[in-house]
Amino acid sequence: MISRLLSHDLPRNRWLAAILVVIVLGLALTPFLFPSTKALNVGAKILVFIVLVASFDLLLGYTGIVSFAHTMFFGIGAYGVAIASTRLGPGWGALALGVGVALVVALVLSLVIGLFSLRVKAIFFAMITLAVASAFLSLASQLSEFTGGEDGLNFKVPEALQPGTQYLEEPFFGASIDGRFLSYYLLFVATVVLVLVMLRIVNSPFGRVLQAIRENDFRAEAIGYRVVVYRTLSNVLSALFATLAGCLLAIWLRYNGPDTSLSFEIMLDILLIVVIGGMGTVYGAVVGSVLFVIAQNYLQDLLKLGASAVEGVPVASQLVSPDRWLLWLGLLFVLSVYHFPTGVVGRLRALRSKGRRS
Amino acid sequence: MNTTTTTTAAAAPAQADAIPKAAFDWIPLALVPLLALLALPAIGSPSSWLTLTVAGLAMGMIVFIIASGLTLVFGLMDVLNFGHGVFIAFGAFVATSVFGAMIGWSDADSLLQNLAVLFCAMLAAMSVTAAIGWAFERVMVRPVYGQHLKQILVTMGGMIIGEELIKVVWGPQQVPLPLPTTLRGSLLWGDAVVEKYRLVAVVIGAVVLLAMLFTLNRTKLGLLIRAGVQDREMVESLGYRIRRLFVGVFVAGSALAGLGGVLWGLYQQNVIPQIGAQVNTLIFIVIIIGGLGSTFGCFVGALLVGLLANYVGFLAPKAAMFSNIGLMVAILLWRPQGLYPVANR
Repeated sequence: MISRLLSHDLPRNRWLAAILVVIVLGLALTPFLFPSTKALNVGAKILVFIVLVASFDLLLGYTGIVSFAHTMFFGIGAYGVAIASTRLGPGWGALALGVGVALVVALVLSLVIGLFSLRVKAIFFAMITLAVASAFLSLASQLSEFTGGEDGLNFKVPEALQPGTQYLEEPFFGASIDGRFLSYYLLFVATVVLVLVMLRIVNSPFGRVLQAIRENDFRAEAIGYRVVVYRTLSNVLSALFATLAGCLLAIWLRYNGPDTSLSFEIMLDILLIVVIGGMGTVYGAVVGSVLFVIAQNYLQDLLKLGASAVEGVPVASQLVSPDRWLLWLGLLFVLSVYHFPTGVVGRLRALRSKGRRS
Repeated sequence: MNTTTTTTAAAAPAQADAIPKAAFDWIPLALVPLLALLALPAIGSPSSWLTLTVAGLAMGMIVFIIASGLTLVFGLMDVLNFGHGVFIAFGAFVATSVFGAMIGWSDADSLLQNLAVLFCAMLAAMSVTAAIGWAFERVMVRPVYGQHLKQILVTMGGMIIGEELIKVVWGPQQVPLPLPTTLRGSLLWGDAVVEKYRLVAVVIGAVVLLAMLFTLNRTKLGLLIRAGVQDREMVESLGYRIRRLFVGVFVAGSALAGLGGVLWGLYQQNVIPQIGAQVNTLIFIVIIIGGLGSTFGCFVGALLVGLLANYVGFLAPKAAMFSNIGLMVAILLWRPQGLYPVANR
């Protein structure tokens, strides 16, 4: 049963399996285990990033395409929900319409970009998507009547999901059962479903063709697969999942602006997570997102301790100041590209096969 | 017309120029004056047209200085450095330090002293970025030759680290980079207002361009670089160490980016640590338009981008950011390999 749900792509390592179980349980029980608002926000952000990064992994890890336009689709999803909810007022209909329109826009846009530029070399595609994404970012901040410009849009979600809606008078096992609680579980269920669907896709015959293209596109073409068609399909699929991740983000934050969903920093975050977690494994997105978002939110506290230890030393205190956490992550990123190209998940899986041989 | 000359040259094999000279492709170059001429009726008044044209040329020159090193590196070693923008940022920040240290000279009301400050800033920025470029090639790029995917990732990581290091040294906030006194303000030519600094930028850009063209076309070093861009293995099998040449080009490219950073920082009059990522997009567009690896194509592409950005910025400010993308799409539809495609690619 579990094997079927996971599309026969089991963790294949005892430690990895244990980590995944802890993550799933932790995320499922976050409102009960860590009842603070910050913890709930961190949990929701992890969920959104899992979907977003796994969708990017479809492209980078499975098909071997580097795209810098992924946040564009993330933003389309978030703006879809935001714009529909501001124009039509809060309601499930507006939500559905926003998600639907966003998906259609993302589909068309990714299809056009794919057909237009996926014939060229990896480096070319990376540059073209970078250019398109930055154009989209400025479009979003210029069309201020539509998108609220730099200020972004504050909007309301359907009443059932609003934080003010109380379902139980008393807290239930330490968690207050309100609209926030319901939104969190909406995100959780959506993430689980989307991740399982993506696992299904990458382990289907279609996913195998993508991997073949990643390994050797020339040979894949020679066997008879239309490489451009498969690459474009992969681009479209990944764009659609990223759009859904954007919708989830907007539902959780009830706000969207250029910095929250479109900025280049998010693109860098996605890259960091995919590589550190492990390319070409959907599980890598899960492990990586948890590590990254927790580091982002709590590593700064740790660095604060370190900073107070070396206070007064001129350069060192700057190096370990909490604002410079990205420096250490960047170093970790470069080192992992060189030494652990398969990331955390790939490392753990390799451990097991080594153990077997001996 | 060009084809007839080449065929006659080829038909006379016994003569000294047995190898026909490749006809120079004038059409892309002609786009630059064509664009300027088309803009004239659209803008209407000749004086504002002149202002915009000079501004566009200045911007184009600066972008060319930044992008030329990148396109050479790509052509020679097939390495696309996504961290190239970081050299620009380092150059600009070094310039702020130099200007800060020599504040007396840059505030003085003497052209000579002002130019001396500018010269010192350029020299310092170029030396620092050359050193950083050397280290960057050594540590980051060398282990990943021939692996495009890893190159993109690693150089991206290098950019993150570089940006953070800039924040460590100069702080995360915006740093002002004011122009020296005598370079501020503008000249009046009839009705046209031309900022003095833009003229300076055009002159510096022209000097760099001429120096580069001379090195590439008239020296043995340039011959080797051009040959390496065309067919690397052949040059290697003739006994030249392309790798050493490449390191030289990489360092020179970084130094040029540093110089461009100084000019760009002065153009914008302030510098932020994220400047690298911002300029990256622009220089990628330029080298795609020019045809990856082509220096002259890069030059033409930079001028087109600079001119168009200024014209569109004047006519329809909201569309300014898309003019570059539109230009890139149009040119790729016309010539999918860029304006001056490099052979063997």
